[in-house]
Amino acid sequence: MALVLSEEQQMLKSSAKEFFNGNAPVSALRRLRDEKNADGYDKRVWEEMVQMGWSGLVFPEEYGGLQFGYTGLGQIMYESGKTLTASPLMSTVVLAGTVINEFGSSEQKQKYISDICEGKRLFAVAFEEKNIHSPHIANTKVVDNKLSGSKKFVLDGHIADVFLVTASSDSGLGVYVVDAKGAGVHVERHIMMDSRNASTVTFDNASVLDMIGLPGDGKTIIDRSLDIARICLSAEMLGSMEEAFSRTVAYLKERKQFGVSIGSFQSLQHRAAHMYCEIELCKSLVIKSLQAIDQNADNLAHLASMTKAKVGQITELVSNEAIQMYGGIGMTDDEEIGFFLKRARVSQQTLGDYNYHLDKYAVLNNY
Amino acid sequence: MSTATQVNIDAFRSETREWLEANCPQSMRSPVKTFKDYFWGGRNPTFHSEDQKLWFERMRDKGWTVPRWNKEYGGAGLSKSEYKVLKEEMAKIGARSPLFSFGIHMLGPALLGFGSEEQKLQYLPEIARGEMWWCQGYSEPGAGSDLAGLQTSAEDKGDHYLVNGQKVWTSYADYADKIFCLVRTDKNAPKHTGISFLLIDMKSEGVSTRPIKLISGSSPFCETFFDNVKVPKENLVGVENEGWNIAKYLLTHERSMIGNVAKMDKTLDEYAIESIGIEDSVLADPVNRIKTAQWLIDEAAFNFTLERALDEAKAGSPPGAKSSFFKYYGTEMNKRRYELMMSTGGFDNLVWGEEYEDGKTARDFCRTKANSIEGGTSEVQLNIISKHILGLPKK
Ligand SMILES: Cc1cc2nc3c(=O)[nH]c(=O)nc-3n(C[C@H](O)[C@H](O)[C@H](O)COP(=O)(O)OP(=O)(O)OC[C@H]3O[C@@H](n4cnc5c(N)ncnc54)[C@H](O)[C@@H]3O)c2cc1C
Repeated sequence: MALVLSEEQQMLKSSAKEFFNGNAPVSALRRLRDEKNADGYDKRVWEEMVQMGWSGLVFPEEYGGLQFGYTGLGQIMYESGKTLTASPLMSTVVLAGTVINEFGSSEQKQKYISDICEGKRLFAVAFEEKNIHSPHIANTKVVDNKLSGSKKFVLDGHIADVFLVTASSDSGLGVYVVDAKGAGVHVERHIMMDSRNASTVTFDNASVLDMIGLPGDGKTIIDRSLDIARICLSAEMLGSMEEAFSRTVAYLKERKQFGVSIGSFQSLQHRAAHMYCEIELCKSLVIKSLQAIDQNADNLAHLASMTKAKVGQITELVSNEAIQMYGGIGMTDDEEIGFFLKRARVSQQTLGDYNYHLDKYAVLNNY
Repeated sequence: MSTATQVNIDAFRSETREWLEANCPQSMRSPVKTFKDYFWGGRNPTFHSEDQKLWFERMRDKGWTVPRWNKEYGGAGLSKSEYKVLKEEMAKIGARSPLFSFGIHMLGPALLGFGSEEQKLQYLPEIARGEMWWCQGYSEPGAGSDLAGLQTSAEDKGDHYLVNGQKVWTSYADYADKIFCLVRTDKNAPKHTGISFLLIDMKSEGVSTRPIKLISGSSPFCETFFDNVKVPKENLVGVENEGWNIAKYLLTHERSMIGNVAKMDKTLDEYAIESIGIEDSVLADPVNRIKTAQWLIDEAAFNFTLERALDEAKAGSPPGAKSSFFKYYGTEMNKRRYELMMSTGGFDNLVWGEEYEDGKTARDFCRTKANSIEGGTSEVQLNIISKHILGLPKK
């Protein structure tokens, strides 16, 4: 398949770009941060995204979705990465939506996916327990339909109506549905360095409402869903990295020292040119991987790890070089470039950093 | 793509597959490794095996040494999509290039773009048929990265030019039949505007070569000397004093060729596993394990990017200065690959021996160091990307 966007995907990308620039630019994230917004995202912006069908973009029409594919969703992620827009897109649509859509029964899809498409309820997936990404570990237990344990780094946990929780039972790892507002559920919100939110969620004999797949299916469900989410997150990271880079190149042309633009200094030119090349590789991985989701490719795990590893590395490189090339002004809170550095570090560790994925890629290839 | 076109392409694919299956000898279906695996053509061609000769002749007769060129120039006149199919089908069975030639990749495009019709009809078919071995005479001792500073002069003597000067780094000048050269035809003009593109027969009186031995121990390069060499006027390609445009155009071609990271018969992880071994189901050397994974990811990403560039070109966006990106990244990656092979390969790879084959990896490793020098250094490519892609200012 040609590694270019179709006309429809291109159009979606343009409207996403216009929407985020107009409604949720970086300054909007700053405002949410400064006013200590209780939700951590702009409800009005999210409602409009739902109106446009973006919350249901990848889901089947019979449940209220548009069935437009992940390559399309990736373009929305990409554009939202450029503006660093905070929204429940990742937690509710990409993570929870994918888990249910890929592994839920048709009744479950009717019940949950249609709510996601209509923006009626927000979801969060709770699968981390350790301090670094370890999606297969669950000391959280399910006994007699009661779930107990503690989860870390639950993205958007503080606004979720429903949790999908990984937990162990005698049959192994499973994915369970728990009411976020129900008895025995305690949510502690943490504002992260990127001004977005993740929670520590403690379950104390919380009632299990439902289960996705069978009790032992958890690993399969999480592996595939996280791979899809890793690719979508990489698309967002690509947007952020490209935006940080183009701002940096613009600054190199604008800032004068020694009577010339700093962009005329070869030491900076070569570093910028090198970043350009690395970003080109990231673009190719992201589009290849997004298309692989839509084509149901059997090497999705390979592609997801390749993409998240490489994009993570280059996001780190570009965000660091951006601050260095801006000089002192890059260290000030007034300048927006610092927001990109902060988001880069959070997205890097979300769903596995490059250490994790380089290792995983080697394991997938049997070495 | 219209369905009719798609049907044609599908038919072309199956014909091509069948033809290759029937005509490509088994021994021509593995990556080129040694000097003997290359066929360069020339006035006195040397075939290193019967299969090599057979494969070359069959491909030549199909016009598939230069599949995109028109039939009257010795090609097959394939469309872009057909050419893509041919390349894919050849890659699928690991078929080698039947003919290695600077004529195809460097002089050919120059003639197609800038030559007169007589020149095209005279030179292109013999390139396509592998009857002429061309070498490239650009670099001089004083003109490397600053190529436009070249001094080899061609003086107008009425019916001919009189050429004097020295070229260096001329690959295979000691085997080649002819050389395409950049020469200075106007000493007083600014350096980029007094250069012309001239074709010279290596048999001409006053041309001599001296091989240069490289750190790899092989010497495919020469210094080439021109001492009062008479060159007919009709050997000028394009307009006098406008040769720099041709040179720039050609360097773009050359770069995209060097930038391709060659396939090898073992992938880097297979290589590492064979040499270091697996312990507790992972490669026994944890640092090389991660470096290997990293390199393989970069390789795949780079290949996707080549693929994407082709797809984008098809969709109408021009590659432009991108060839500098491919040249820079591809050559640096090839160096990294050999650095890793030296590291994972251990003591065995340190052997040098008498013949090139005795110490092949060590020698190839040394040779890769030139990848980021030849065809314009990495630093020069980064300069081009900065200026022409990023639009960063000159001082
Ligand atoms: C194996 C091999 C094969 C070759 N084959 C051919 C051939 O077939 N035909 C032919 O004509 N030539 C050939 N060349 C020559 C090649 O094109 C030159 O070597 C190359 O252009 C560099 O020139 P130089 O060696 O004079 O290095 P220099 O130009 O002297 O460069 C030395 C160092 O200075 C750096 N430098 C120079 N200018 C700048 C700048 N503006 N900014 C930053 N850094 C800079 C370079 O990057 C390099 O690191 C070949 C070279 C090699 C090694």
